Amino acid sequence: MANLSIRDALNQAMTEEMARDPMVFLMGEEVGAYNGAYKVSKGMLAQFGPQRVYDTPITEGGFAGLGIGAAMTGLRPIIEMMTFNFALQAIDQIVNNAAKMHLMSGGQFCIPIVFRGPNGAAHMLAAQHSQSFESFYAQVPGLKVVTYSDAKDAKGLLKTAIRDDDPVIFLESEMTYGQQGDVPDGEYTIPLGVGEVKRPGTDVTIIAWSKLVGQLALPAAEELAKMGIQAEVVDPRTIKPLDEELIFDSVRKTNRVVIVEENFKFCGVGSEISERIYNRCFDDLDAPVERVTSHDVPMPYAHSLESAVLPNVGRVIEAVKKVLYV
Amino acid sequence: MPVKKKAEAVAVEAPKQQKLALSKQQLFHFLRQMRQIRSLEERSAQAYGQGKIGGFCHLYIGQEAVAVGAVAATRPDDYVLTTYRDHGMALARGIQPVAILGELFGRVIGCSKGRGGSMHMFDKQLNFLGGHGIVGGHIALGTGAAFSSKYRGEDRVVLCFFGEGAVHNGGFHESLNLASLWGLPIVFVCENNRYGMGTAVERTTKVVDLHKKAESYGMAHGIVNGMDVLEVYEQSKRAIAGARAGIPCFLEMTCYRFRGHSMSDPVHSHYRTKEEVECYREQDPILLLTEHMKNHGLITDEELSELERQVSAEIRAAMDAALASPEPDPATVFDYIYKNPIRPGTRR
Repeated sequence: MANLSIRDALNQAMTEEMARDPMVFLMGEEVGAYNGAYKVSKGMLAQFGPQRVYDTPITEGGFAGLGIGAAMTGLRPIIEMMTFNFALQAIDQIVNNAAKMHLMSGGQFCIPIVFRGPNGAAHMLAAQHSQSFESFYAQVPGLKVVTYSDAKDAKGLLKTAIRDDDPVIFLESEMTYGQQGDVPDGEYTIPLGVGEVKRPGTDVTIIAWSKLVGQLALPAAEELAKMGIQAEVVDPRTIKPLDEELIFDSVRKTNRVVIVEENFKFCGVGSEISERIYNRCFDDLDAPVERVTSHDVPMPYAHSLESAVLPNVGRVIEAVKKVLYV
Repeated sequence: MPVKKKAEAVAVEAPKQQKLALSKQQLFHFLRQMRQIRSLEERSAQAYGQGKIGGFCHLYIGQEAVAVGAVAATRPDDYVLTTYRDHGMALARGIQPVAILGELFGRVIGCSKGRGGSMHMFDKQLNFLGGHGIVGGHIALGTGAAFSSKYRGEDRVVLCFFGEGAVHNGGFHESLNLASLWGLPIVFVCENNRYGMGTAVERTTKVVDLHKKAESYGMAHGIVNGMDVLEVYEQSKRAIAGARAGIPCFLEMTCYRFRGHSMSDPVHSHYRTKEEVECYREQDPILLLTEHMKNHGLITDEELSELERQVSAEIRAAMDAALASPEPDPATVFDYIYKNPIRPGTRR
């Protein structure tokens, strides 16, 4: 075991995969000479050279589309978005080309590509740099959507995403690049569609993913433990494919559910998970599912307002109390 | 009267006598392919009227010289991709008429197994990277295929076609910039048929010499008479040779569609006059080549009649075979969403 930051774990994943497969390359804004806007690709230009690590102009639609065309013709691009807020410039490429090519061509062209970069709010970045996009991408057939909440998962899932033959939206968070965690030594991957229980419990299931596992779900569970409430924290890790069975197993044990996400509430990922729980575990529920999300507001700048929009530990604890009727 | 654009300053100019260097066999091939496309499209129009083809259907009639001349200048391992007006390009690249018609009818024999339809013809074996439905959306894909060729150290070239309507789209400009910056082996071919749907090119830009837009990106460019298959072939050949050496190029091919934008658009509605359409019909690319061949004693009236008879019979047979193919089984509706499928409700 090595103790690594998530930044270094992601770097290791890319470095190992590029060393393993010469068809894998990295492209994006500032990924090379600048060593990455958030230093995730630090040292990769020096190690692999400009034939494998490409700095681009600020042209998201252009390099996203270029990556998809490269994937159609046998390469395996890793396309870094400086943030997924900028990927909206490339949404036509991702949705109309990457996601649909395999079906449109009757299965002739697959698109093995990873779009990766930070997603969601950071700290007072205002409306155009703070959106969460899991539900956007998860709605599109043809895409896979992956998140992680610790360094071990970050590395194992990114390696799997790079090896996958379909387009993968790999959502990171600039707030947790420095978060340390144990990473297994040697080669390992984590399959898509397999979640993990991050904290076992018996009284309530808290479903969370990405940075909210470490920032909200686990701290809330600690607080709740002091009140004698044992919360089970379930991280599906990949939004699509979704590990329903892991969720259902937990719900059948605890009978109470709180879903925590940073997406807007309307048509959030929690809406889909709730529907599946109601359909498959209706008789197991002792309370309606509660959702803790960002409010449906374009993110304001002021600290007080940003805090009022984003989910927080207090709102998670309140939701847990509600489903427990305490 | 419409502005008749003829070949002017061409950055990649070729000596005219090269036309005569083409063999009779080559010219015959051009004529045959253009006739095949014309016949296939006329049959498609009929079939559309009979309700055998769904959705949108954009005919290539009038623009045959561009697809036939340009694709003839490629190698089989080069890549070709185009817009939703793709039936003619698919045929020029070598997709069999039965597979094109089968796709139009939504049958399993179709080149995209009935999943793509009129706008989305694909053939991986022929390096035909598709017909694409979003104006300007596929230009970056072609640029990516060229990147791929260079990345692997190959000398394969991409021929990326689009209409003049795409030239005002960000995808065009972003792609030309990247291709020029990185010296990618690609020829961008603008089929300037003068109208983006019903909007004349003069109503869309102050710079109507579209090929000059490439100057912003330090890219070689030229204008080609897209009604003359021999000129299309020669200029494409030169541009492709340049691209193979790492010099991308932008060719504007002036042409004209004799039919409406799609089947719902009449031949000449309020945006263009009957006289204009008739004027361009005098430059029909099939007519031009036929006259050229007759004038040089390369084809007789008997050979011409025989060619027409053969093509007509071939397309009719293809139509029958396509209609005999079944529609895709509804049980296969979830096929091809993923290469590595997600199986709902299962773990591991």
